[in-house]
Amino acid sequence: MSFRARHLLGIEPLKPEAIRTILDLSEQYVALNRATHKTSDVLAGLTQINMFFENSTRTQASFEIAGKRLGADVMNMAMQASSIKKGETLIDTALTLNAMHPDLLVVRHPHSGAVNLLAEKVNCAVLNAGDGRHEHPTQALLDALTIRRAKGRIQRLTVAICGDIAHSRVARSNILLLGKMENRVRLIGPPTLIPARAADLGVEVYGDMKEGLEGADVVMMLRLQKERMDGGFIPSEREYYHRFGLDAEKLAHAKEDAIVMHPGPMNRGVEIDGTLADDINRSVIQEQVEMGVAVRMAAMELLARNLREARAAGDGTYV
Amino acid sequence: MKTLFSNARLIDPEGGSDAPGWLLVQGQTILASGTDAPPAAETVIDCAGQCLAPGIVDIGVKVCEPGERHKESFRSAGLAAAAGGVTTMVTRPDTAPAIDTPEVLEFVTRRAREAAPVRIRPMAALTKGREGREMVEIGFLQDAGAVAFTDGDRVVENTKVLSRAMTYARSLNALVIAHPQDPGLTAGACATSGKFASLRGLPAVSPMAERMALDRDMALVEMTGVKYHADQVTTARALPALERAKNNGRDVTAGVSIHHLTLNELDVGDYRTFFKVKPPLRAETDRVALVQAVASGLIDVISSMHTPQDEESKRLPYEEAASGAVGLETLLPAALRLYHAEAITLPQLWRALSLNPARRLGLDGGRLAPGAPADLVLFDADAPFVLDRFTLRSKSKNTPFDGARMQGRVLGTWVAGARVFDGG
Repeated sequence: MSFRARHLLGIEPLKPEAIRTILDLSEQYVALNRATHKTSDVLAGLTQINMFFENSTRTQASFEIAGKRLGADVMNMAMQASSIKKGETLIDTALTLNAMHPDLLVVRHPHSGAVNLLAEKVNCAVLNAGDGRHEHPTQALLDALTIRRAKGRIQRLTVAICGDIAHSRVARSNILLLGKMENRVRLIGPPTLIPARAADLGVEVYGDMKEGLEGADVVMMLRLQKERMDGGFIPSEREYYHRFGLDAEKLAHAKEDAIVMHPGPMNRGVEIDGTLADDINRSVIQEQVEMGVAVRMAAMELLARNLREARAAGDGTYV
Repeated sequence: MKTLFSNARLIDPEGGSDAPGWLLVQGQTILASGTDAPPAAETVIDCAGQCLAPGIVDIGVKVCEPGERHKESFRSAGLAAAAGGVTTMVTRPDTAPAIDTPEVLEFVTRRAREAAPVRIRPMAALTKGREGREMVEIGFLQDAGAVAFTDGDRVVENTKVLSRAMTYARSLNALVIAHPQDPGLTAGACATSGKFASLRGLPAVSPMAERMALDRDMALVEMTGVKYHADQVTTARALPALERAKNNGRDVTAGVSIHHLTLNELDVGDYRTFFKVKPPLRAETDRVALVQAVASGLIDVISSMHTPQDEESKRLPYEEAASGAVGLETLLPAALRLYHAEAITLPQLWRALSLNPARRLGLDGGRLAPGAPADLVLFDADAPFVLDRFTLRSKSKNTPFDGARMQGRVLGTWVAGARVFDGG
């Protein structure tokens, strides 16, 4: 067991062994999820609260299914509609929930660092489901699992991440994870969507998609937010698609067996050609969704194990 | 009534000396100093070899009156100042409402006189409501005691408005203080762009925003001939623009906050909002360049940029949290870090803490010369301590130095010859 952390707030503090532990355990859950009888009692008796301060359908559903299959009591809170609107601060909301003795808090928030702040104030395990532009650790883990299953390994690969890197927490978590596992990471996008001093993050930066894709094993496309399309960061949707949208012609520069990934939801015809996204020989986009549930089950099992052990050892901060 | 400070280590920024000696005070003013046998006096204070320096003149202190007295009052700020060796607080007009009419200014000076143990010299807004549209009554406000005109951390974007205000201020020989940060680039940013901000996912601004704004202001200074002070220059890239303006004979000075001299962007760590200041903390290379610029005299003034914020406004996600840090009581020990790091001498430090700010505002203090006001601070430059923010006298406890190891303890503070703090 090499995942001893109390929370899963990001990839940054994880060691490679911890990442491997989570991925190995996830494999078991892939099998369970494909069986007819899908439930286990690993989280029985525990309460999981999904707090989403930002709209999400897919991630929230994935966490909810993961929790329910493990036997937890799962509750969803749509925070946008609740007390935040009445002026309550994040910390007061956290303290209120904390008083109800949850065991796992799954949190998404539009501001970087907000989940770290919340984790300081509660007595349970906190899972970051995405904070601002900072991290989205379970997405990077499910991407790693998908890659490992498709390529047979998660090291010494060339991974090209394309699109709006600057505003993407998915990109940050993936850059960190892939770097820790000793892969070559390339960032491809218009300079307005590449973070400052990106080269200092241990990656190679390309402004030309064909050059950046040359010899890549994995092509990871990112979603381009609608609000960034009109003149602010790029001149137009069609120019973006022409230069940075993934189609068969550009993909031909990657390795012949390169896989295509996308964290979803996709803008077909903006960042990715629709036919390509559906090509079962190249696209692993549906598999990513499947791996998402398995990875979240594994992460929650490990956090619950640490939580139970700490409580049994009398760690008052967990109570 | 004469008071003799005997057996002192006199820090004289005007003469650039740091030597053993005595200082004689008569009433409210300094009468004499020397190194030979001390004269007789009614009261003798044995300094036991500790440092005696002019009191600190702190440009840019935010006292939250009127409007937010729960964050800081003249009383609490004054006690903090006295405990920190600050004998003159030059207060900011970015209150609610802004200090932009003689009537509000008179309220402030009256409150200050009643409540604070140290000297208070108020600044007034440059434009009404700090909105950057119409200039304030610069003449009336000067008559009412305003020592400088500034919109605080709001930049006057409209260059026509700013050039007119500067031209008008020039005719009254009034000092204009600006915050040189390009408003377009700065919008929405809470960190300095670079690897750290990229990893933390924080909206960031290029350090170039400071140089751009300073370049613009220098052109306006050349055009209008106004007396100009940049409240904070915090990046290495802005320094050549400042140097050029000075070499060309412009009436320009610049300040820097103690936080930008002693901390860098990495101190923010895991989204610690007490380190959120404006402009944001910079790279270590910037910090080092700033310290050198203070030592060389290119940067004239060090200030605390004392900005009280209550717990509620800081206990928020980093982007949403309020900016600013309190600094009146930590200015002296934090500044001494530069001395202990052998980056700067004590007379050089006091030139920036005391002599230059006083001169720039046309005040008499900041010196140990005969005839100067007896505004003094006696301190042990070496005494170590660990800062506990709850011991601060400010109503707000938002210091970035909580738990920090520091050196330098104020033993006594005198304003106009009267002791206002006893830390011995």
